[in-house]
Amino acid sequence: MFEPFKVEALSTFASDIDGVIILVTILVGFWFFVAQAALIGFCIHFRHRDGHKAQYIAGDKKSETRWITIPLALIVTCDVFIAMADGPVWKKVKEHRPEPDRIVRVIAQQWAWTFVHPGQDEKLGTPDDITTTGDLHVEVNKVYHFELSSRDVLHSFSVPVFRLKQDAIPGRTIVGWFEATGTGTYDIQCTEICGIGHGLMPARIQIETPEQHAAWVSERSQTLLASTTSLRAGQE
Amino acid sequence: MAESAPATHDDHHEPSGLIKYIWSTDHKIIGMQYLFTGMFMALVGGFFAYAFRMQLAFPGVDIPGWGTMTPPDYNALVTNHGTIMIFWVAMPVLIAAFGNFLIPLMIGCDDMVFPRLNRLSYQVFLLSTIILLASFFVPGGAFGGAWTAYPPLSAQSTYNLTPWGAPLWLLAVALEFAAFLMGGINFITTTMNSRAPGMKMHDIPLVVWMIVLASIIFMLSVGPLFAGAIMLFFDQVLGTGFFDPNRGGDPVLWQHMFWFFGHPEVYVVLLPAMGIVAEIITVFARKKFFAYTPVLYTTFAAGVASFTVWAHHQFIAGIDPRMAHIFTVTTLLISVPIAVIVFCSIATLYGGSIRFKTPMLWALSFIFEFLLGGVTGIYLGAAGADVYFHDSYFVLAHFHYTFFPIAIIGTFAAITYWFPKMFGRHMNETLGKIHFVGTIIPFNLIFIPLFILGLAGQHRRIYSFSLFPDLAKPEFQDLRVFATVSLLVMLAFQFVFLFNFFSSMIKGRKAEKNPYDANTLEWTTESPPPHGNWSELPSVYRGPYEYSVPGRADDFWPQNEPS
Repeated sequence: MFEPFKVEALSTFASDIDGVIILVTILVGFWFFVAQAALIGFCIHFRHRDGHKAQYIAGDKKSETRWITIPLALIVTCDVFIAMADGPVWKKVKEHRPEPDRIVRVIAQQWAWTFVHPGQDEKLGTPDDITTTGDLHVEVNKVYHFELSSRDVLHSFSVPVFRLKQDAIPGRTIVGWFEATGTGTYDIQCTEICGIGHGLMPARIQIETPEQHAAWVSERSQTLLASTTSLRAGQE
Repeated sequence: MAESAPATHDDHHEPSGLIKYIWSTDHKIIGMQYLFTGMFMALVGGFFAYAFRMQLAFPGVDIPGWGTMTPPDYNALVTNHGTIMIFWVAMPVLIAAFGNFLIPLMIGCDDMVFPRLNRLSYQVFLLSTIILLASFFVPGGAFGGAWTAYPPLSAQSTYNLTPWGAPLWLLAVALEFAAFLMGGINFITTTMNSRAPGMKMHDIPLVVWMIVLASIIFMLSVGPLFAGAIMLFFDQVLGTGFFDPNRGGDPVLWQHMFWFFGHPEVYVVLLPAMGIVAEIITVFARKKFFAYTPVLYTTFAAGVASFTVWAHHQFIAGIDPRMAHIFTVTTLLISVPIAVIVFCSIATLYGGSIRFKTPMLWALSFIFEFLLGGVTGIYLGAAGADVYFHDSYFVLAHFHYTFFPIAIIGTFAAITYWFPKMFGRHMNETLGKIHFVGTIIPFNLIFIPLFILGLAGQHRRIYSFSLFPDLAKPEFQDLRVFATVSLLVMLAFQFVFLFNFFSSMIKGRKAEKNPYDANTLEWTTESPPPHGNWSELPSVYRGPYEYSVPGRADDFWPQNEPS
């Protein structure tokens, strides 16, 4: 039943984030059901019946308050577990960046995504860079850094299959990273409202095998070369 | 329906007509004014939700009552739905309406200490309401940059395309804050200075404490946002660059100012709702509130802690990632005081003699539904998990599971409970229960599908998902349709409430002074209370929750009854 709603986990940190989600589900799920069971149980057991008077319980004796303090101590323990599990995951996703194999530039604007990929020289900022709109091409099992910026308002670069999200802020370049672990084509979303076209700036990420990626780069490089050549020819 | 409200209930109170009613300084009338304005705005906010949910379920359809929806329409409706439900429904109803009506009646005095400031508070609030509604009829239309109004989008009309809508929205919100500051001053001062003889700090009913604490939290948190609002207004209309990175400003600064207020604001509306629930469950379980004093001090602690969690809204907003650890810890810890209050409310039921009247059903369902809202907040407080959930429908479903219990369930609990005192008549119990079932079940059927969509990566504030292949699958659309149909059912059942509310006001069964055998002072005067509340002001001899005291024939012991 839930199969269509499953989002694949295709980055090296996706399963870590899913792990935090599962841990939270188990720990808070337990308390959720305990509390609901108490609520419903009390409602049924202590419903009004003729001749029964309610008890007088102030909740100021130790024997009474321990029904609150002991669960609370356990909840704090759960919180500590969650924080301990969460810290390293956050660090891995956002603080520690492994050395990149490639760098791409991600530029957000009202209402489109522009991606700048390195060309055959594997370097960004050279004339053979490949610029696309709405299409990010990456190679599987390679560490990528992305340099995220915005031309106008806030946007947010979100790749659900990577469990990756980062706001883009005009005036800043924010560097993040990912490493894909599987191939395919998936949605890139803008997850910060950015004006009337917020829902109209979709993009796709193409995660390719080394062969596919090399083929794409060389195809685009030739197109680029051809267009530059024809441009030059036109100028002459 | 509610549009005709002021005229309908006017004749109950002031014989000298509408003008007298509008200029009244009586706290009960001002409370009613806030209540009716809030109810009217709830209809507006509900209508907006209907319109944009129709677009999501049936994209491009000609929506009855609205027409075809464009992306700017959609953004304006989503933005103003949120703005209205928080600032023009939850706050005016829970704090202003019930704070005004209940505080003098529950602490045993004849009126607020600053009655004219109180009247000014409502008038400024009314002005803010008119400005907000007017923003839909200006060139460019209403503001559509989300209720959080992040710049640069909100700051520059070249980006938001609403040159009039954005400043009017901001002006309305700022005026609304000013109105609530005036109201809050009254609540705090009145409670501290005008209590009945004999009413000590620990004899104050919890709902009064909660409204006072909410007012204090509001006053302490709103300053930075008020300053931010003025800076943003200057950016919009004078062309300053406080939040413009091209001129040395910083857009993230606004986020700090907004959420430094925005998170405490959650507690500003939560606490009064919890106070309302506390009053109702003690009366209908015939029980003393479990651990009154610890709960009170825990609430103080929650209020203080609420100032330390704001950046959990900004984990991925470009703040220094190392800060996230601190805010994860504070956010997880704030679950503790809130758990205390919820657990003590549940513990109060233990050993009770529970009567399931309509107000009690609302109060119990508040706890039931709020628990899900509370636990789903833990996912978002954990920074790692928040990377995935941020700005998804999971967040949306989470906060609706907190705000719906607060603003809607809490309000229905309060209205059905205090209706006899407010209008001197009883509401119809059968209609009340039909309305209860017809609201609670669809509510869950709206938002559980949205949790699933959020888990599946559906992001917020999107006019149409047709451009996102991963989200445009038919199964996703089925859930969207399911949620929208549930909303339609829930909205339809609100007419049962409106009918019950207005017909009971006119021809409901007459209410005696104390129909529920309750202890608190408002039940010791006439229903409805006369101007001045009591012919002779009461004295207090005990706390508010002395129910089922051993050795007494009655299972209640009013606060004003000499021992």
